[in-house]
Amino acid sequence: MATRGFTGRKTPDDHAARTPPGQALTTDFPVLSAGPTPKIALADWSFTLKVGPRPVAKWSWEEFSALPRTSYVRDIHCVTTWSKLDTAWEGVLVDDVLAAAGLAPPTGFTLAHGFDDYTTNVPTADLVGGKAMIATAYDGAPLAPDHGGPARLLVPHLYFWKSAKWLSGLQFTERDEAGFWELRGYHMYGDPWREQRYDDDA
Amino acid sequence: MSLADAPRISGWRSATIVEAAPLTPRVKRIVLGLDPPLRFRAGQHVDLRLTAPDGYQARRSYSIASAPETPDRLELAIEKLDDGEVSPFLHEVAEVGDAIDLRGPIGGHFVWAVEDGGPLLLIGAGSGVAPLMSMVRHRAARGDQTPTALLLGARTAADAPYREELLALAAADPSLGILFLLSREAAHGPFDRAGRVDAASVRTATAGWPGPARHVFVCGSNAFVNTAAEAALSGGASPTSVRTERYGG
Repeated sequence: MATRGFTGRKTPDDHAARTPPGQALTTDFPVLSAGPTPKIALADWSFTLKVGPRPVAKWSWEEFSALPRTSYVRDIHCVTTWSKLDTAWEGVLVDDVLAAAGLAPPTGFTLAHGFDDYTTNVPTADLVGGKAMIATAYDGAPLAPDHGGPARLLVPHLYFWKSAKWLSGLQFTERDEAGFWELRGYHMYGDPWREQRYDDDA
Repeated sequence: MSLADAPRISGWRSATIVEAAPLTPRVKRIVLGLDPPLRFRAGQHVDLRLTAPDGYQARRSYSIASAPETPDRLELAIEKLDDGEVSPFLHEVAEVGDAIDLRGPIGGHFVWAVEDGGPLLLIGAGSGVAPLMSMVRHRAARGDQTPTALLLGARTAADAPYREELLALAAADPSLGILFLLSREAAHGPFDRAGRVDAASVRTATAGWPGPARHVFVCGSNAFVNTAAEAALSGGASPTSVRTERYGG
C-alpha cells in the first residue's frame, strides 16, 4: 500500500538498471564499522591463508605488494541502502593469491578475518574467477584506514559487509560458517539483486 | 542475553504514527504504535519503508530511542538531512494517524541490557543519542544502578535531544552522570561544558569509577565517532570494549 504523501526521488533512468531494489545512489563514500578504526602499521601487517585451522601461506606487506596487481571499476551496494557506482579499486585478485600459494580453491566456503576480529563468510566460488580482490588502493590512492586500509576484501557483487575491512587473512572452511554480522541476523549470502539483507530473506 | 535468544527480525508490518513532535530544530520525535508489540533490545534499530503510488520504495534504518519495556510504542528520533529522501518526508509530510511499513528489530552488536553490567560509557551526538536513550531508559525502567556516564555533543543546549528528560533522570539517580559538550555556547550549569568530546571530558565524566568502562557505545556521524572512540580509548577503555554505530549521512 502506498504511504500517504510519498512520491520519492527516482533514480535517473540511465542508472536505474545498475541500482538494486531498495537502494539509493550516493556520491559520498559512507563509513560503517562496528568498532574503532584500527591503526595497522605496514611493518606489522601480514596476510595469512588458512585451510581450516592450518596456516598454509603468509605474506608480509612487502611480499604482498610484489604479487600481480589488478584494477577494477565496480558498483558497490551497502545493506544500509546506499549504492555507489563506478568505484575504482586496485589490489590483488584472490585468484592470484591462491596461485602464489600454489593452491586450487581448497574448500567450498571461506571466512574472511579482519585485524579487528571481524569475520564474514563468502562461498569460495564468489571469490575466484576474477570476482573478488584484496584491495589496497581506492581511487588512485592507498586505501584509507576508515575504508579498511591497508587492505580490505572487495566482493562487489555482494552487500558490502562481505567486503571485510582491515583484512588479515582468508580461511577456507568445509562448512558455511556464519561471520560477525551473519551471527547477528544478517543474511548468509547477501545478494543485493535479491535483497538478501536479513537471515529470513529468501 | 546470548545471540541465540535475540528477538527475530519481523517481516514487513504496518505501524501507525501516534505522536510526532520536534525534539530540537533538526530532530523530530516520532512514536509508532505497534499491535502486536515488537520485542527488541536497547540499541537495536528498525527499517522504515515508504511506498510511492507507482510502487517505488525507499527504506532507511532508524535506531529505537524508547525502552524495550514499552514494546507497543516505538520512539524514533529522526534527524533532518536537507538533501535526504526519507527524513524530509518524515519531518514535513508524515502526520499522526499515518501508516508506515516497518521491519525489525535489527542489529545484534550495538546492544546493552542491565544484565551486561558496567561501568557503561555512552557517547553520542545529534540523532546518535537515540540508541543510547533506549539504554538509559531501559536502565531506569528496571531500577538499575549500573555506573553510567553519558556524554552528548551538541552545538547548543537547544540542539541536544532529550536534554530535560536526561537531566531529570540524572537528578534522580546518582549512578547516572550526564555531560553535555556544547561546541557553540557557554555552559548553562555543572552538567555542561563548552567544547567537544575529548579525552579530558571522558575522564571528567568517568572520574568516580573504580576502573575503566566495561562497555562503551559511540553513536553519531563517522567523524564524530572516530573522535569520540579515540577519546574513550585514551580515557582508558580497551579497543574491544568499544562498539560504534556510524550514521552514513
